[in-house]
Amino acid sequence: MTLSASPLEGTLVARPVQLEVRRRLSTQTLRRHPRLAIGGSLVVLLLCVAVFAPLLTRYDPIVGDITEALQSPGAAHWLGTDDQGRDVLSRVMFGSRISLSVGLISVSIGLVVGVTVGLVAGYAGGVVDLLLMRLVDALLAFPALLLAISITAALGPQIQNAMIAIGVVAIPLYARLTRGQVLSLREREYITAARAIGVTPGRIATRHILPNMANTLIVQATLTTAFAILQEAVLSFLGLGAQPPTPSWGQDINYNQRYITNLMWWGSVGPGVAIFLAVFAFNFLGDALRDWLDPQFRRRA
Amino acid sequence: MTRYIIRRVVLMVPVAFLVTVIAFGLLRLAPGDPVLTFSGDVRDPEILNAMRHSLGLDQPLPVQYVAWLGRTVQGDFGRSIRTHQRVGEAIVERLPATLELTGAALLFSVTVGLIVGTLSALNRNSALDLLATSLTIAGVSIPNFFLGVMLILIFSLLLRVFPPGGYAPLIDDPLENLRRIVLPALTLSAATLAVNMRQVRSSLLDVFSQDYIRTARAKGLGENAVIVKHALKNGLIPVVTIVGLQVGALIEGAIITEQIFFWPGVGKLVVDSLLGRDYPVVQATVLISALSYMLSTLLVDIVYGWLDPRISYSKAR
Repeated sequence: MTLSASPLEGTLVARPVQLEVRRRLSTQTLRRHPRLAIGGSLVVLLLCVAVFAPLLTRYDPIVGDITEALQSPGAAHWLGTDDQGRDVLSRVMFGSRISLSVGLISVSIGLVVGVTVGLVAGYAGGVVDLLLMRLVDALLAFPALLLAISITAALGPQIQNAMIAIGVVAIPLYARLTRGQVLSLREREYITAARAIGVTPGRIATRHILPNMANTLIVQATLTTAFAILQEAVLSFLGLGAQPPTPSWGQDINYNQRYITNLMWWGSVGPGVAIFLAVFAFNFLGDALRDWLDPQFRRRA
Repeated sequence: MTRYIIRRVVLMVPVAFLVTVIAFGLLRLAPGDPVLTFSGDVRDPEILNAMRHSLGLDQPLPVQYVAWLGRTVQGDFGRSIRTHQRVGEAIVERLPATLELTGAALLFSVTVGLIVGTLSALNRNSALDLLATSLTIAGVSIPNFFLGVMLILIFSLLLRVFPPGGYAPLIDDPLENLRRIVLPALTLSAATLAVNMRQVRSSLLDVFSQDYIRTARAKGLGENAVIVKHALKNGLIPVVTIVGLQVGALIEGAIITEQIFFWPGVGKLVVDSLLGRDYPVVQATVLISALSYMLSTLLVDIVYGWLDPRISYSKAR
């Protein structure tokens, strides 16, 4: 039905007009945008640590050797051990798995739902647009963290629920972004042309509008990942994220915080620095990507 | 201008309604029975049902919502399930501590942001500028609970300059109050300070490149007058927006900061109630913070028009 309704599609409007120059990643671009290289390598490094964590450390992150409890950083344990004798560095490495998967999954939730809401609102217009956007406004009215905490607390303290909560908080962002793009793109000639020959709205959205938004969405998704990692750390810190004994940065800071008064700082500092680096890496990469992919956004220096 | 304000307020009504629905629905639809949480060892279904009935939890959800909204509009937020204290009372009791903390953080982040931002715009690419820009990136990436823990480690445990937490009422002991607010206020202001610094710097740089600044200099105006009277006044307009929007960030930050420093404010109340499934308290605080966030965005827009006469709300939109 979809195909027969638009027999001309593929001939007349063969491909969506490329509004933006497609940008290729080459050594030259990396040299011209050093921040892209720095941010990119940090993120890749982080991914490698998460994937290869079991190969990078010989200590079990969950079962420690109680005879080695609370050792300060040294040759055997670079970041020391916690009160159960678990290697802090090993827990930090395994903790990256939680942080990155929360980042990935919650950003995907926000992206998919938000973009869909934005597409529907922008394309349908009228009452649908009005209702959807008021709902988005209402979600935006809540301080993000408070909303995430409430949702997680309501659904129960589990890492899956933290992912859902952070995802929901990210929805309005993508919804607004997408709606704005749809509103500006839908009046373009090639969209009008596509509509005139009977291309269905769904197909226009996937073939013509989304490709033109891809760059903006990539930048946004990178920045939202930083935000998601930070939010997950806060939720875990409050005991609403991953549950012990699963290694998770926020929760480990909270757990080892009790030894700070005895000046045993390493248990909290290790995961804290990890959160900082991860958030920094994604923020940095997001900013660099924006400079590279989204030149309109570039600030006059 | 008046018409614009009225329009904005009218538009706020449906959003505010949805906000109340979300605030109400969020915790009611959740699994877990608050009555079971607080009845202790009591498992007698009759007593439990009586408790549910007295709390109105046995009614259908829409009925519960309407009843809750009716009471809420009159300022009656019900009683805390845990402490049986009136929710309104509990919030009002803790509000001064939170306002003091957020006020101090805001004051700090705005004044320091303004001074350092201006200095680094005036001395671009200097060592100070570099330091300020790097601190900016650090400030937005460091989670404030980690910053708080580190500040306690350095300033209370190693250097023993400030106490690691707790609160002293301003009226009883102003000096002790000041000593205790430094670390939490620093923790809370880090992220906003970073944003303010960046915003002041970039909008001043933007203004400096404009013709009227050159004209002002050309007519022989002193550099200080150019900066203060011409550049800052226009350069600060975007800063007002950012600062206005930071009310939300500060409310969020206070939740965590108060938890770390045992600051007896609304933020600590929120977390304690959330973890304890104390519905009435959570609903009231979530609702109040969302509504005050909405109001602050409205205020920002109004102040914006007042600061920049070029912005006309009657024609636009």
